[in-house]
Amino acid sequence: MSDHAHAVHLETSTGLDNRKLAIWTFIGSECLFFATLISNYLVHKQTWLSGPGPFPHEAWTSPSGQAFEPIIEIPLVTMGTALLLFSSLFVVLALANAQRGNRNGLLVWLAATLFCGFFFVGMQVYEFTHFVHRGLTLKTNLFGASFFTLTGFHGTHVTLGVVWLLTLWIEAWRGKLTPAKSLNLEIAALYWHFVDVVWIVIFPVVYLIK
Amino acid sequence: MATTALDQHGAHATAGHAEPTGLWSWLTTVDHKRIGILYGATAFFFFLLGGIEAILLRIQLGSPNNTFLSPETYNQLFTMHGTTMIFLAIMPLSAMFFNFLIPLMIGARDVAFPRLNAFSYWVFLLGGLFLNSSFLFGAAPDQGWYGYANLTSRQYSPGMNVDFWTLGLQILGVASLAAAVNFFVTILNMRAPGMKLMRMPMFVWMSFITQVLLLLAFPVITVALILLMFDRFFGTHFFVPSGGGDPLLWQHLFWIFGHPEVYILILPAFGIISEVLPVFSRKPLFGYAAMVFSGAFIAFLGFGVWSHHMFTTGMGPIADTFFSLTTMLIAVPTGVKVFNWMGTIWGGSIQYRVPMYFALGFIAMFIIGGLSGVMHASPPADLQQNDTYFIVAHFHYVLFGGSIFGLTAGAYYWWPKMFGRMLDETLGKVHFWLMLIGFNLTFFPMHILGLNGMPRRVYTYPEGLGFEALNQVETVGSLILGFSFVVFLYNIFKTARGPRNAPADPWDGATLEWAIPSPPQEWNFAEIPTVHGRDALWEAKRERGGPLPEPPRVSGAGIHLPNPSIWPLVAAVGLGGLMVGLMTAHIVGPWGIVAGVSILFFGVYNWAFEPAG
Repeated sequence: MSDHAHAVHLETSTGLDNRKLAIWTFIGSECLFFATLISNYLVHKQTWLSGPGPFPHEAWTSPSGQAFEPIIEIPLVTMGTALLLFSSLFVVLALANAQRGNRNGLLVWLAATLFCGFFFVGMQVYEFTHFVHRGLTLKTNLFGASFFTLTGFHGTHVTLGVVWLLTLWIEAWRGKLTPAKSLNLEIAALYWHFVDVVWIVIFPVVYLIK
Repeated sequence: MATTALDQHGAHATAGHAEPTGLWSWLTTVDHKRIGILYGATAFFFFLLGGIEAILLRIQLGSPNNTFLSPETYNQLFTMHGTTMIFLAIMPLSAMFFNFLIPLMIGARDVAFPRLNAFSYWVFLLGGLFLNSSFLFGAAPDQGWYGYANLTSRQYSPGMNVDFWTLGLQILGVASLAAAVNFFVTILNMRAPGMKLMRMPMFVWMSFITQVLLLLAFPVITVALILLMFDRFFGTHFFVPSGGGDPLLWQHLFWIFGHPEVYILILPAFGIISEVLPVFSRKPLFGYAAMVFSGAFIAFLGFGVWSHHMFTTGMGPIADTFFSLTTMLIAVPTGVKVFNWMGTIWGGSIQYRVPMYFALGFIAMFIIGGLSGVMHASPPADLQQNDTYFIVAHFHYVLFGGSIFGLTAGAYYWWPKMFGRMLDETLGKVHFWLMLIGFNLTFFPMHILGLNGMPRRVYTYPEGLGFEALNQVETVGSLILGFSFVVFLYNIFKTARGPRNAPADPWDGATLEWAIPSPPQEWNFAEIPTVHGRDALWEAKRERGGPLPEPPRVSGAGIHLPNPSIWPLVAAVGLGGLMVGLMTAHIVGPWGIVAGVSILFFGVYNWAFEPAG
């Protein structure tokens, strides 16, 4: 979303386009953002295990005698994870088509990326709703607080990525995402890959490690 | 050759760009020099505000059992004084120099992202106004600039005070991060031909390291503030012990940000005086490479010392030892810098001009602050000194004696370049001596008071503890210190009425900004210079065998400039609206938030789709 369409491409000192360097810089900064959120989750793990449930991985009975199943649905989230990973491949194919000027290929692969993105966000909406129905909210315990904060901010990043890629899909559909402007997609794709990579860390930390 | 580009007689005067004027031209400006001036003016206003807050605090402490301020007001004023000076004065005053100087020093026409630059400024302005608007509701933040849990919990701070602080700092963080990405890319990517990294002026190097610190430290405080916001707005328990949370987690997160932050505050001043000292000693900077690497080493170590702010929390001997050693280790690269500055002056033909006065004052005052810093790097000593006025003395010697002396040196040094007018030398020297005397009278006695056990953050003290006399001296000192800035204001006012006749190169400078007219034209360089070594302008003058001719003001016909844009301001207003929406959500529901986000998206989309020119 930064300065588009430099009419004159000036030589840069590093040879790397300004916008590309900027997105890499931003990603570097974002690493610290997610590192802090993930640390926050891990730091609280000891505490929330002794607090009130429900817990993510094990069956649990509340003091009032109410029984809880393990709350996390690993198959569903695995599906979302897999699609998110595939979407990284799809966006690379979309970019290759954009650079070659193949509008149809670009539209198809970008749509596939978007489908995966939408599925992931939808999965998260379902998961959050499901958790709330099972009695887990931000306020319930520190697991709820750190889980919703961590995955929620990741989900917000995915959502912004979907909005960004959707904007580019409309541009492509109107024939404005020409090979000369394919850098616009490349930058969005770098962001998209980053959001994927973060999930590759979050998925095992939250869902697979007990 | 080197001279052809710096000596700009080749360009011819025909009809070209006219300098835009009027309010609209300032609201839509993307010119780094104008944005720099906006940053400077706004930050100086906040600096005066923070100064007035400090003087009110000193009046209250001038005598024992004083009732000039209520305890509640005192808490609000010391919190806002710290928050204002750090986030609204020193950081943006440094940003003024980043904006104005970096493109000029590396030989560029603008920053990499001119509109993002404007966005940073507008977000900073709105964040500052948002934070200070708390005074209108009588609910200024009152928990200290460090915001320790659980002073910040809903239970102990039910009012809006902490909300203003949390959301205000969040906005200011966005401004800092946007600017940091911009300058990081600008310095790496926009250098003139031949301006290799190890030829960059030291100010650019220190600015570059500061941007890296901003990029890595601000995300941490962003998350900490998000967690605090969730605790306060949505009932989570991250820092609330009754819900299993840990108040010390806040301290860790805050100081992982907070310690790099002190280097964010001081490194730009290091850069400024590394430019001033060589020019007024008529010698190149001593130990250039050592200066670069010591700066980088300070920044690196800056991320490994945060817990020295927490020795009194009982972390145990291993953590205490580790953080004590890393903290003492920082004295090494800092000492390298101090000795290099002295090596620069050594044997030079020193010219005692006003910028040099402040630069020399910086070295002396910063050494005192540095030494007291090494003292409480030792946990046993810190256990005595923590939470006393000794600490207050220490950080004012580094932040005022360091950062503000350095920034003031920079203000006098670059004033002719920014405004085309030379500030008055005599008034400048009066400013310096009043500031030096007032500063030491205010802060030196705090060392003694602190060691004698006077606690900080208390609104008064009883009679008979032996605190009276020194506190009185401090209060008188603070008034002198405040008055020194009245002299500075008068100097600015007097100069503004005088002629605009500063030459391009009044100090026989070493860096590229002195090769172009004062003030520079909109496009900075009519022809992009080619650089052949460090101290590029001295190099060019040596090659020519004398001073360069005064560069003519030329027409910029054919020079490509970025278009002005209103969208950065619109996007910033959206972000500000989002924060106001969060503050008022309990009254008007989600509509304020929705409006803010909509304006933000509207601004960003128009920004993304308008031609940048």
